[in-house]
Amino acid sequence: MKTMINVALPKGRLGEKVLAMFEKAGYECPSIHENNRKLIFENEEVGIRYFWVKPSDVSIYVERGAADIGVAGKDILLEYEPDVYELLDLDIGKCRMAVAAKKDFRDDPETTLRVATKFSNIARNYYHGLGRDIDIIHLNGSIEIAPILGLSDVIVDIVETGTTLLENDLVPFETVVPISARLIANKSSFKFKTEAIEAITAGIAAGIAAEVAEKQAAK
Amino acid sequence: MTLNEQVLKYDERMIYDLRELYRLHGYTRFKMGKFEEYDLYSKNKDFLVSDSVITFTDTNGKLMALKPDVTLSIVKNAKWQKGCVQKVYYNENVYRISRSTHAFEELMQAGLECIGDLDVMQLCDVMLLAAQSLQKISADFVLDVSHMGIVGAMMEEMHLPADAQNDLLAALGEKNTHGARAICLSNGVDDVACDRLLQLIRTYGPIGEILPALQALCADLPVESALCELTMIAEVLASNGFSSQIRLDFSVVHDIHYYSGIVFQGFVDGIPSAVLIGGRYDRLLRKMGKQGGAVGFAVYLDLLERLHREKRDYDADVLCLYRDEDDPTALSAAVSEWNKQGKSVLLQREIPTQMRFGEIVRFSAGGEEK
Repeated sequence: MKTMINVALPKGRLGEKVLAMFEKAGYECPSIHENNRKLIFENEEVGIRYFWVKPSDVSIYVERGAADIGVAGKDILLEYEPDVYELLDLDIGKCRMAVAAKKDFRDDPETTLRVATKFSNIARNYYHGLGRDIDIIHLNGSIEIAPILGLSDVIVDIVETGTTLLENDLVPFETVVPISARLIANKSSFKFKTEAIEAITAGIAAGIAAEVAEKQAAK
Repeated sequence: MTLNEQVLKYDERMIYDLRELYRLHGYTRFKMGKFEEYDLYSKNKDFLVSDSVITFTDTNGKLMALKPDVTLSIVKNAKWQKGCVQKVYYNENVYRISRSTHAFEELMQAGLECIGDLDVMQLCDVMLLAAQSLQKISADFVLDVSHMGIVGAMMEEMHLPADAQNDLLAALGEKNTHGARAICLSNGVDDVACDRLLQLIRTYGPIGEILPALQALCADLPVESALCELTMIAEVLASNGFSSQIRLDFSVVHDIHYYSGIVFQGFVDGIPSAVLIGGRYDRLLRKMGKQGGAVGFAVYLDLLERLHREKRDYDADVLCLYRDEDDPTALSAAVSEWNKQGKSVLLQREIPTQMRFGEIVRFSAGGEEK
């Protein structure tokens, strides 16, 4: 019997793109496109079992071995630091983690910088690297409102196009780290399903390389 | 005393088996207290797996800690004698912060340390014990081996600042080739050194098969003794029937400031993280003002619960219900009779809720009624 690989896919637009990459690499699963309420989809022929989970939970499923592999944003990996292998940069879901503030913001190094963010660990590590004294204000959403209401001096958040920031009179000042989707693997699964996981990784990597080559040829 | 193995839980049986294994290789038990002076850990914080230590002040005003690690306490007591090593094993609880819940947790560890005038012979013996420990847990195991001497030599030729070196070691630990390449590029590492490191990350497989490729990869690096150690270990383990299970994997990375030589991690199928972690930590000895070398490993026994979740059908074989007026002597005799048949008996006056029994018996002096 073929080794089955459990894959945790992030729900949403990014997940659909990821699924397309897996399918292009030969890991198709027709049942996942059926309109039903199933939660787990498998194709024994190619040895794959997919399930959709909340994007921020993918790394938990993989770290704890419920999924052998999965796709998570670099933001989640940096924030929660799961003990997993990061096998591939999928080059999709690209954005950046940035420091943003009101247009007229001026950093006064004599005061503690108040930083509002959903990503406390990333913000703490970033400012620790700069040797800057900060006060982290952990928020779970609507981060952009914090500097407007005077709750914080700056925010550390994901910036895709910057439109939301602009609409709220905020500007990105610094890039903390570029973000994209990564293929991750459970360390123990990698030991016991090495061939199957390496084959998936190689298949997806080949797909990415072909796409890059296509884009370059089109130029 | 006869030991009824059925009474022991899986992890308890494993402790027994491991202790016997280590005893047979000349190791003696190191018994230690739960507390240690905090000073010992504060001086060697990076050696600890978890940053936080539970501290308290004792009656003399001394700052104490619930021990987060066993190795430091053993090293503290190590004595040097030329041509000899000290061999101790332990079975202790340690107290650390859980990465997932951020709360303190109590972990049960068994392991061993070999400290003193260390040579390749002793190193091979420790590696063999690591493989045999894993084999006792499950036949389906993998022991991943790396060498900090080789990793260190590659890092050295890159002349990286400390931060970049730490980031690169983290990328190595994640098998993250794209991340490692980005770090090399942003730090101006030359292509040859960068490609060599990426190749090292990709190096994975049975040690006997992979060693020739590793030797070629490291041909112009000063790592002859490291390669020699790996070759010897591969040979000794192969001669003991371990070949495909012992793999070279340079994603096994321990702190370069403490670990100087061989480092390793053991996995068993069905447990999502490493159940055995070990390595050679001569640099810790230097930091603690000791002579010689040291190698050891710990088996994380609490993880084994995932492998064998033993479900008992009943809370007791027999529930014996008695009345206030029953004769205690007769009742005691009846229990002894059941015990002789190997049955466990729970005496109660009423049937407890949420418990299950093989049989429920109402005691009466003239004979039990079912």
